[in-house]
Amino acid sequence: MTTFSEQVLHAKEGTFVDIAVDKAYVHDGTGLQTLIAWRKLERDAPLFPERLSIIFDHIVPPNTGLTADLQNEVRRFAKSHNISFSECGIGICHQVMAEGRVLPAEVVIGADSHSCTLGALGAFATGVGATDMAAIWATGSIWLKVPHTTGIVLSNSFTGGAEPKDLALSCVELLGMDGGTYRALEFTGDGVEHLNIDDRLTIANLAVETGAKTGIFYPDSMTKKYLSEFGIISDTKLSPPLSYESKIEINLEDIEPVIAYPPRVDDVRPVSSLEGLELDQVFIGTCTNGRYSDLFRLSQILKGKEVRVKTIVVPASRKVLEKASSNGVLDILIKSGCMIGVPGCGPCLGVHMGVLGEGEICLSTANRNFKNRMGIGGDIYLSSVSTAAASALAGRITHPEVNNEN
Amino acid sequence: MKIEGNAICLGPDIDTDLIIAGRYLRTKDHTVWVSHIFEDLDLDLGKRLNGSVIIAGKNFGCGSSREQAAVALKGAGVKAVIAPGFARIFFRNGINIGLPLIECECKCKEGADVICYPETGALLIDGVEFHFEPLSDRILAILKSGGLLQYIKANQ
Ligand code: SF4
Repeated sequence: MTTFSEQVLHAKEGTFVDIAVDKAYVHDGTGLQTLIAWRKLERDAPLFPERLSIIFDHIVPPNTGLTADLQNEVRRFAKSHNISFSECGIGICHQVMAEGRVLPAEVVIGADSHSCTLGALGAFATGVGATDMAAIWATGSIWLKVPHTTGIVLSNSFTGGAEPKDLALSCVELLGMDGGTYRALEFTGDGVEHLNIDDRLTIANLAVETGAKTGIFYPDSMTKKYLSEFGIISDTKLSPPLSYESKIEINLEDIEPVIAYPPRVDDVRPVSSLEGLELDQVFIGTCTNGRYSDLFRLSQILKGKEVRVKTIVVPASRKVLEKASSNGVLDILIKSGCMIGVPGCGPCLGVHMGVLGEGEICLSTANRNFKNRMGIGGDIYLSSVSTAAASALAGRITHPEVNNEN
Repeated sequence: MKIEGNAICLGPDIDTDLIIAGRYLRTKDHTVWVSHIFEDLDLDLGKRLNGSVIIAGKNFGCGSSREQAAVALKGAGVKAVIAPGFARIFFRNGINIGLPLIECECKCKEGADVICYPETGALLIDGVEFHFEPLSDRILAILKSGGLLQYIKANQ
């Protein structure tokens, strides 16, 4: 039995390793805190600047003079040390890293909890805080405990309007908000073959909502093809263990469209339990569901119709926006009345745009619905893109398979 | 190492948004985080934290990776947090900035006298004894240095 983590970290689960970090990244928010911690180390320059990325995504473009000043400090640091810098509007850090910067079997550390997203490409990817990241800048390595693993074995494919986000939320429900703590979740089984990389990124993204260190998909022909679009040839061979010490089997045919009720990501119930709830806002985007496949799904439902509630769409990256623009997807979204935001985190963190007012209800495709996250007194319900799309058309929570006459 | 303080009891799944809300993160001024700590949970809690030991339910510190949560707790004078389990990024952050975090199942009594020995795994709450897995040598070394940065500087 050799789990993914054991294969990549070259040590038995439960042991501590000091391991070289292949790629490390921060965003505008954690970048500033990392820089403050870094200065306390009194070093001249990061040890391996070529392995580092600084990607501005959280408050883009800046909303206040203070935000702009703080971002300038980090921007100047990146430029003076030749660190790869992605300007406001290029995209959400996890998505930008997924667009050709991360290879299978690499150790990837991000100063953001959703860095586990990159496990979708077969990397060992996890999040840390600012001090850990400053230490990586200084030493190029990190200490980690090789996590124990839970296998999530998928079979068959989705039916009845369910999609990858519904699976991801259902996994959080099954495991609870701490059922995966300190563990790696490995997604394997025949069901994986039907999931494209965008789908896998969505599923790996929510691994941290169970407390897990990372969510893993073994690299396969789908991964290879995806990476080749970025000019990367990857033949990394890793294979799942024959058995897992703990395992959950999921038949994708049993997954139904679901919604996570505020304020807990693991309070997951069928869409039907909430059908008809009036909405004030619908938000489609984030590192969970702001990719091209998501915008395409959305456009298929909105085509020729108009939304009945303020609907904000934020592409996860400029590349996503470009593709949506050249394929006509963007046009459909604009004509149906969606507001299109600058690629980045958008309203997800509730500080600079799309902020909820007291008592407002938002249906969001994000990954967190904690109290006050998108604005004081606002309630966030989490769903798939298709559920959000159908609900935007109706102005109230609606099952994705309901055909809105509009 | 000996940690002493008065118990403050909190429930399970306290996320980092509750410890310090996202709207206060973008600053270099640590006192902002201290003055808004736990604001969305209990407006008065912040005033009682100095010299306390927080005894929380499971999964303390889940959610966002924001280190400001751990920094705010330490800045507010919290001596240690004791919980049956922590979210892993919060655990690393706490240790890295020199805030002792103890994994232990125990019964909390608001205001009780808490004495804790991270090296031996002994915890006393109003004289009642509980036991936990002592912190690893590495974690203890980081804590004794005052945090990871100080530890790296001392060992470079
Ligand atoms: S989109 Fe939301 S969850 Fe994702 S990195 Fe940005 S703020 Fe965090």
